[in-house]
Amino acid sequence: MPKEQQMSVSVWRGGAAGAYQPFDVKMEDNQTVLDVVAWIQQYADPTLSYRYACRVGMCGSCAMMVNGVPRWTCRTHVKKVLKDGHMEIGPLRNLPVIKDLATDMDPFFDKWVAAEGLHHPTQTRHDPIEAIDPDSAGRVEANAGIECINCSVCYAACDTVAGNPDYLGPAALQRAWSVYNDSKDANKQTILDAVSGVGGCHNCHSQGSCAVHCPNELNPMNAIAGLKRGTARNFFKRRK
Amino acid sequence: MTLKLYMAQRITALIMAPLVLMHIAVMIYAIQGGLSAAEILGRTQGSILWFLFYGTFVVAVSIHAAIGLRTVLSEWAGLCGTGLNAAAWTILALLLILGMQAVYGVTAT
Repeated sequence: MPKEQQMSVSVWRGGAAGAYQPFDVKMEDNQTVLDVVAWIQQYADPTLSYRYACRVGMCGSCAMMVNGVPRWTCRTHVKKVLKDGHMEIGPLRNLPVIKDLATDMDPFFDKWVAAEGLHHPTQTRHDPIEAIDPDSAGRVEANAGIECINCSVCYAACDTVAGNPDYLGPAALQRAWSVYNDSKDANKQTILDAVSGVGGCHNCHSQGSCAVHCPNELNPMNAIAGLKRGTARNFFKRRK
Repeated sequence: MTLKLYMAQRITALIMAPLVLMHIAVMIYAIQGGLSAAEILGRTQGSILWFLFYGTFVVAVSIHAAIGLRTVLSEWAGLCGTGLNAAAWTILALLLILGMQAVYGVTAT
């Protein structure tokens, strides 16, 4: 029988003040980072706190920092991130740590609401369903952002969020851009106003970490550029 | 950074770009046959055109740089609120005074 291979895994323990704790974990042929965290909780330390739900990259619950990089852990293969038999798993950056690998996602979701990434209906449920041309320019722009799973990887990757806690962040702004381009949305001015404040889209330095790290390969930076163009045009229109 | 600051910074950038290009172009053109400080001052002193040219540039630079440094101070030094705005206004005033002093120096008769 071949010798069992082990990897060394450092896992963040505690809240904002805490430390990395080392664990030896058995290596498998097919193993995700989430599998490793689950193994530690089941076989090494049942007090380890972490968050997950679907395990197939749909729910956006299991994002963590792996070797300093934000990743969806359920779809990240261990072999992709292991360096010399070691990896470090921590809670998402830019969010308050509740315990171990679980962060408080409230600031992240509160900013979605603050950015007016909400549907403002043009019609009631009694109206007939409006036909939307899938090839229309607005729909194409909106489609580009709708696969977001709210995992907060972009928010954790963003250096502007790190430097400016008021900044709404890539996910919320991308959502605002999608809603802005939705022809079924009635309140576009509210969206432009919401993304023009102190924490608005104009804080983005276009560093592009959001686009680099998004697990669904979306491009929030592009959406933010769209909002900048939209608000700039609106700036002149409103002055007429 | 709010929309107003963003627009002020972008618009001043748009103003600066052609002024910089013209400044460099005139510089290259003017030194072709060799040029002394006295010759430069002979052309700029008393010229309302050059006063407006460099005066506009100084105003644009002061606004542009003050907004940029305001962002740096906010994100890197953690300044916020009144302190941040006071710092930005101070930078704006300092750049305006230094720049306009230089413009006055070369255009006043």
